Amino acid sequence: MYFVLFFIFAGLCVAGALNLLLQRHPINSALSLIVVMTSLAVLYLLLGAEFLAAAQVIVYSGAIMVLFTFVIMLLNAGEEERTLGASQMAYLVGVPGIAALLGLLTYVFLSETTALGGSRLGDSIVTTSDLSRVLFRDLLLPFEVTSVLILIAILGAVALARKEPAPALVSVKPPIGAAMAQGAAAMHAAPVLAQKESQV
Amino acid sequence: MTVPTSWYLVLSAILFSIGVGAFLFKRNIISIFMSIELMLNAVNLTFVAFSHQWHQVSGQLFVFFVMVVAAAESAVGLAIIIAVFRARNTLNVDQVDLMKL
Repeated sequence: MYFVLFFIFAGLCVAGALNLLLQRHPINSALSLIVVMTSLAVLYLLLGAEFLAAAQVIVYSGAIMVLFTFVIMLLNAGEEERTLGASQMAYLVGVPGIAALLGLLTYVFLSETTALGGSRLGDSIVTTSDLSRVLFRDLLLPFEVTSVLILIAILGAVALARKEPAPALVSVKPPIGAAMAQGAAAMHAAPVLAQKESQV
Repeated sequence: MTVPTSWYLVLSAILFSIGVGAFLFKRNIISIFMSIELMLNAVNLTFVAFSHQWHQVSGQLFVFFVMVVAAAESAVGLAIIIAVFRARNTLNVDQVDLMKL
């Protein structure tokens, strides 16, 4: 039973990851990444990490991937074009490099199979109280530091994604008269737009 | 019927390699960012497998911290992607090769 479950969800993981690699449209990649993360949650359950399985579903497939799909839809990202300008080197070096990395890791792990032992159904389960005992006693300082990190991340995200105020709106503000304001706005906006054009 | 721990490790090596491949071969900046998440997940699986192997709780706490950092990283990274898209009007990394916005 454990065997079958492992193979089903390991296969789903690998299939989803390959689908992420092969799909051209980012939304398809994002949905296959959700498949990978959810089946990883099942593998965590098989390894007795029940809290992490729940956190994986809630944080990764719930929050992070929703953020990804939200941004993909916000930016209206279309199919990626396969430009090969600077990325020829990636194919030349990447394919042998990845094959070597995978081969080396697989060889090392499989040669240690007997030394490592295995896992089966009904093994020890790490409960949330076990986790929280270590987290809030031994690792309290890192836990508090992560809250500062998240605060900084929120501020950074808001500051980075903030829309800059449109130049035309700023110059319309003084109520001199509609025509004057429009003329001023045009005069203000034209050089700014030209500058933006030249920057692009 | 036991499943050897090394099979979990091999699975995570496969996922990590696919993540590296997607990072190198993808041209869309959002897809590249998603492949980074895939690599983080692969390493998380290694942590959990070793935590189960040695009956140590701290391995799972590392995964917890990795999740927190990944959430913060993806929020900031997606904000940067939105800013880059506003400035350049493209998501292709071959056209985003200047550090100047």
